[in-house]
Amino acid sequence: MKSLQLWQPWVVLLLLGMAWLGLPFHSADPSPGLEATVFILLLLGAAAGAMPVPNWLRLIVLAVAPHATAWLLIRSLLERPGSADDSFFLALAAAWLLAWQLVALLSAVRCRRRDVQASLALIIPMLFGAWILLFWEAFTRGLGIPFILLPPPSAIFARLVTSLPVIAADVNQTIFKSVLVGYLLGCGAGFLVAILADRIPFMRRGLLPIGNMVSALPIIGVAPIMVMWFGFDWHSKAAVVVIMTFFPMLVNTVAGLSVTSSIERDLMRTYAAGYWQSLVKLRLPAAAPFIFNALKINSTLALIGAIVAEFFGTPVVGMGFRISTEVGRMNVDMVWAEIAVAAVIGSLFYGVIALAERSVTFWHPSFRSGRA
Amino acid sequence: MHNPASQLQPASPAVPPAVSARGLGLTFETNDGPVQALADVDLTINKGEFVSFIGPSGCGKTTFLRVIADLEQPTQGAISVNGMSPQQARERRAYGYVFQAAALYPWRTIENNVALPLEIMGFSAADKRARIARTLDLVNLTGFKKKFPWQLSGGMQQRASIARALSFDADLLLMDEPFGALDEIVRDHLNQQLLELWERTSKTICFVTHSIPEAVYLSTRIVVMSPRPGRVTDVIESDLPRDRPLDIRETPAFLAIAARVRDGLRAGHSYDE
Repeated sequence: MKSLQLWQPWVVLLLLGMAWLGLPFHSADPSPGLEATVFILLLLGAAAGAMPVPNWLRLIVLAVAPHATAWLLIRSLLERPGSADDSFFLALAAAWLLAWQLVALLSAVRCRRRDVQASLALIIPMLFGAWILLFWEAFTRGLGIPFILLPPPSAIFARLVTSLPVIAADVNQTIFKSVLVGYLLGCGAGFLVAILADRIPFMRRGLLPIGNMVSALPIIGVAPIMVMWFGFDWHSKAAVVVIMTFFPMLVNTVAGLSVTSSIERDLMRTYAAGYWQSLVKLRLPAAAPFIFNALKINSTLALIGAIVAEFFGTPVVGMGFRISTEVGRMNVDMVWAEIAVAAVIGSLFYGVIALAERSVTFWHPSFRSGRA
Repeated sequence: MHNPASQLQPASPAVPPAVSARGLGLTFETNDGPVQALADVDLTINKGEFVSFIGPSGCGKTTFLRVIADLEQPTQGAISVNGMSPQQARERRAYGYVFQAAALYPWRTIENNVALPLEIMGFSAADKRARIARTLDLVNLTGFKKKFPWQLSGGMQQRASIARALSFDADLLLMDEPFGALDEIVRDHLNQQLLELWERTSKTICFVTHSIPEAVYLSTRIVVMSPRPGRVTDVIESDLPRDRPLDIRETPAFLAIAARVRDGLRAGHSYDE
């Protein structure tokens, strides 16, 4: 590992000086013991960051000091909500700078071992996300921001844990019924119609503009109509998802089927290959990157479509239903919990498709660098 | 005219020529009006010949090859391939075509690329394996059969595409500037290998090239073409021995034929435009 000269420790010292002038952390209820501990931890961190110590020692101190500081600072808010002063936030900013230096050091690590590289690739964004949550927690609790406006992440998490059965039922209704069924039907139909449209020119000329129009239909307008057509249960939500996902798949597949070069098609002709042979052996593999593009776009569209469609009538279960009713009851922590679950599931959905893409279209120039 | 190929295969009515064109013409309709790509081409290629087509860009040499392969339709005259129409010949898989670019499918390994025509033509699994092994050995790529095309050099890719064209044993090989994009050393090497292959397999080869030495080195007959309209201006028989080491290119006999080809090209080429 190369030793990096970084500026963060010096700014930490500057921030600590300012924080010292502005003491105490909590104007309402000073706590000299906490303040002394935080200053010692941060000074230690700055010292490890600035002085020529072995890298392993620097990493350990930088991993412990800022996070212990943040934990102490946020825990001190439990008894003193809404009482944080300027020096409190200066100390938190100093801790954050040390964590920044830690991330910078970890990013510079070049290791041959794959497991080390893989865990670093996880740790760095996790540190990043953790600090967003830490700041969120510190600001909402420290400044006493009204719960209705923005609940702290700890409260959202607590709500999530205590409402697991409700959320599980919502996920089952929205994700495993509306989204999954709608996604499979919409993508499947888009794919099959794309192959038809490619085969029959009049369908391509007639269908693509109409499909374009359908995709421009506002979901807010379509959803209530689908509810009238297909009833309150998940079928109407799946129908909205079908409408939203059909067109991206159609357009992408039609485009993908035409990317083969004339030489590649001539080659098939010299073998006297039939339509289906060239489709399966040449044109579909060549279209795979386009098809995966549509699958990825649709994974997020399907989630949006299903959740929004539930705003227009649904049995008393479902993520969209929960969000719309809990917002009315001012239970914003439940709304945030549903949002968090939707975000995690959406990312997983996208991630699974991206992994499948990587293994199917490994030959595409955007993926092949590692194997050439 | 003395014809070496006719010594190998005595002309008999039972064996139709590999290619026979009479008064062949092809006019493309473009936005700028008709372009005559081929005009009045008369040519017979007998089985076992190695014929090169040489000429400047736009002389129709590639177009002629594509007409043989039924990739273009002639607008005048007649052409037969193995005594059939080009379409029938294509449908009976009468030829292998090697394009300017290797055109290997990047999602298939080298051996699976070679297997592509075999899959389409419905060869049995055992036969497929044997043919892949044999043709990859023929072009010295056996050690690379599990690689993907983009992991190989341009010369290796082009060799794989030749293996692919050979795998189903068509006795006519159509090659459209297959070595045009390769460097001189690789090109020499592949030229030598191609001659050995022709010797061993006694296929008929039609070979389009820009290079005079390449044409003279490889061919039993050199067809010189010229543009606007694309036509045959000269057909030069080569009396070089069949066994040709690379240094035959410094012999007076070789240079004499090269000079004739050059004269033919110059005669058909006008620089006043």
